[in-house]
Amino acid sequence: MSARLGGLLFLALAATLPLWLREPYFLAILTSTSIFIIAAISLNLLLGFTGQLNLGQAAFFGIGAYTSALLSLGFEVDIGLPSPVVVDPKPVWIAFVGAVLVSGLFGGLIGKLAFRVRGAYFVIVTISFAEVMRMVALNWVDLTEGPMALNNIPPLSVWWPGAGVTALVTKAHQDWLVLAVGAVCYFLVARMVRSRMGRALIALRENEPLARSVGVRVTHYLVVATVVSAAIAGAAGALYAHCVRIVDPDVFLFIYTVTMVIMVVSGGKGTLAGPVVGGLIFGLMPQALRGTAPPEVQWIIYGVGIILIVFFLPRGIVPAVADLARLRLPRPRSRTAKVAP
Amino acid sequence: MNEIDQSGAKDVALDVRDLAVHIGGLVALGGISFKVPFGAIVSLIGPNGAGKTTAFNVITGFMKATDGQVFFRGRDLARVAPERIAGLGLVRTFQRTSLFTACTVFENVLTALHLRGHTGLLGALLRLPATLREEAALHAEAQEILDFVGLAGRAGETAGNLAYGEQRLLGLAIALGAKPTLLLLDEPAAGLNPSETEGFKQLIRRERERGTTVLLVEHDMQMVMSISDEVFVLNQGRMIAAGSPAEVQRDPEVIRAYLGSGKRAAA
Amino acid sequence: MDQILQHGLNGVVLGGTYALLGIGLTLIFGIMRVVNFTHGELYAFGAYLAYLFVALLHLDFFLSIALAALAGFALGALIELLLLRPLRSNDIDTVMLVMIGAWIALQNGEQFVWGGVAKLVPSPFAQEPLVIGPVSVLPLRLFVLGATLVLLVGFYWLIDRTRLGMAMRATFQDRDTAALMGVDVRGIYTLTFALGSALAAIAGALLGPIFLVNPTMGNLVGLKAFAIVILGGLGNITGATIGGFVLALVEEFGAGYLSSEYRDAFGFLVIIAVLALRPQGLFALKGRVG
Repeated sequence: MSARLGGLLFLALAATLPLWLREPYFLAILTSTSIFIIAAISLNLLLGFTGQLNLGQAAFFGIGAYTSALLSLGFEVDIGLPSPVVVDPKPVWIAFVGAVLVSGLFGGLIGKLAFRVRGAYFVIVTISFAEVMRMVALNWVDLTEGPMALNNIPPLSVWWPGAGVTALVTKAHQDWLVLAVGAVCYFLVARMVRSRMGRALIALRENEPLARSVGVRVTHYLVVATVVSAAIAGAAGALYAHCVRIVDPDVFLFIYTVTMVIMVVSGGKGTLAGPVVGGLIFGLMPQALRGTAPPEVQWIIYGVGIILIVFFLPRGIVPAVADLARLRLPRPRSRTAKVAP
Repeated sequence: MNEIDQSGAKDVALDVRDLAVHIGGLVALGGISFKVPFGAIVSLIGPNGAGKTTAFNVITGFMKATDGQVFFRGRDLARVAPERIAGLGLVRTFQRTSLFTACTVFENVLTALHLRGHTGLLGALLRLPATLREEAALHAEAQEILDFVGLAGRAGETAGNLAYGEQRLLGLAIALGAKPTLLLLDEPAAGLNPSETEGFKQLIRRERERGTTVLLVEHDMQMVMSISDEVFVLNQGRMIAAGSPAEVQRDPEVIRAYLGSGKRAAA
Repeated sequence: MDQILQHGLNGVVLGGTYALLGIGLTLIFGIMRVVNFTHGELYAFGAYLAYLFVALLHLDFFLSIALAALAGFALGALIELLLLRPLRSNDIDTVMLVMIGAWIALQNGEQFVWGGVAKLVPSPFAQEPLVIGPVSVLPLRLFVLGATLVLLVGFYWLIDRTRLGMAMRATFQDRDTAALMGVDVRGIYTLTFALGSALAAIAGALLGPIFLVNPTMGNLVGLKAFAIVILGGLGNITGATIGGFVLALVEEFGAGYLSSEYRDAFGFLVIIAVLALRPQGLFALKGRVG
């Protein structure tokens, strides 16, 4: 119960930030950090709760970004059919939904394919997928503009009763929308892991043979988890496209997946708050380091950071802090329901 | 795919025919056959390496047979995945304690009740009344199972922190969560002291009274002889004896197999 | 026809170094079950060292390559001793994360030291191609081919004919039994990692003069190495060797006849195709080193 209260407080606090952080520069950092946190939440579902090391998560992020951008800009592409495929520009919210659906679809495809192999092979397939997407984005210039990037992507917009569809021009408004989407994603994941489905995913992570012996259908749940994970990552990508308003093939870079991985692992994989904490640290840290050290050094610190966390804080920050809290405060009752009287 | 075998008797829960498993050049199972009738408690015994756990692994789908067939309630289990076999009502425990170690005892059993629920992604996200009802029912069932095995007092404890005997009980509770028609117990009494073993015996008897058929692999002769309706003896991958506990105990081949490997058939 | 021969020759030249890369990685994969994300970085490391020795220190070309190999060996041993050995008991995810951390640190270290501009490693060979019948080949490439063949033969000799090779094979088959028979398993692990890294470094040093040297060269190469290993089957050295040549030929012919832009994608498509259709690799002889 107190965790829920803490979460709501945190959200309220985050929501008020745009009110007194007036500088657009800081707001932009806040927004991009929030977007990355959403991406980290998506990765955590697969990595933390289901125990699958998907190192191609940037692929879903990128697919979401490109889909939303293309749908909102409209496009015309020749794919060998008698006449080219023409899509008129769509309102941003439709593009957003489209991005989520398409990413989820790819999640399903890749899930079905990738989970035929497990362990290290799975990792390699997921990395390869992201790389292939990057090359497609780079080379299919007719559709994606290749390295010249998709520009002038329309900004986020919402539908207000009375005002109709309005574009969110100020950084503060954008940030609020991103926060709202983030809260929804967090909430969805929380609901998922606290259900029968969540128990099945955790069972697969903890002890797969045992899970199978009580009837958990492995492939089915892995694919569902991947679809949801991909959909959330796609949502983050779509938000990114309309906030930054430029999308180029670099969104597929492995380094973005790695950033998500650091956030999840350092925050605490398999916890709900982990990606948020990790996202805050590794989303804000580059800004703090900016100016004092060149970007390469930052990445070296990231790399060394992952190693140190794996060695010294293997479960991440949130569980470590929770353990500390448990030692200090009296624990009134156990984590789950009914204990026999 | 899963043909109904017409020739098998309808009161047979498990029908194993000429089951053979070759691993590398080794014959782990050399063609064994036996039937387990509904409602019986049947034991599979034999010295170490006789092929008992291999038989279990093949029957429950964790390993592929080189030859032979397994029929459960008339259905051919060839190429059926373990999770589907569990769904059909054939559930096993593991020889080396297998738990969801990071979860609490209650969560372990709740997870094991997976097959008793239907809620999928949509239900999880929307928390409809039907979902909430199902969750409440599952919680109640989990509590029942914990009461049955006697672990209710430890419900909130992390599974990894339990004492060994309690962990074995939890392993049984997990298998019970899958609502088995046929329960395969792989050395349930391994490492238990006499009073814990006696407790397990009682549980197995009570489970049979509830209508579950039990097939167990065991080394503890006292336990085997006192609760089994029928005993099958394996040695080096082959069945060397079958019959009532008394018959098997007197069988000279069985005695030779056990004395030969340094084990003593307890009275 | 001439085109085919030319592509074939180019593929074979490239294939030799790919084979070295693949062998190094499959060795580490097979014996230690480690997903070595630093493999590509060792390749880049070798290339940069070749640049350092030849272009900056003006050492002899052939000596430089040997030195690069030795340095790769040392760096590999260091990585194993510092990062992997203390982790020995942990699960595959943890090991992968540590390797990823090392990958990032190494690559950006290289970028920090050398900057992002590509470097050219000068070679002592003549610049005009030799014409052998219908095909032409640069003397440098011929040298690379020769060097890789020598290295491949030497490596096979090491694995098949020496006690060390036998110890490695024993560890690969069954580490516990090997330990019982007196094999220093931890030492073998360090040696394996070092040897695999050295092979990657040599490949980098050999290819450095052919392609330019830049800090991100390791990424693509590292993933291609994985493609080769998957093609050939985990731990299967012969498979990795053949896989290296197969990938190089696929790239050459694919780039020549299908699309040169997607040249590097062929490796990944190979990975995905093989894992989708035949996960155990093209060569089903699992479980053998050599």
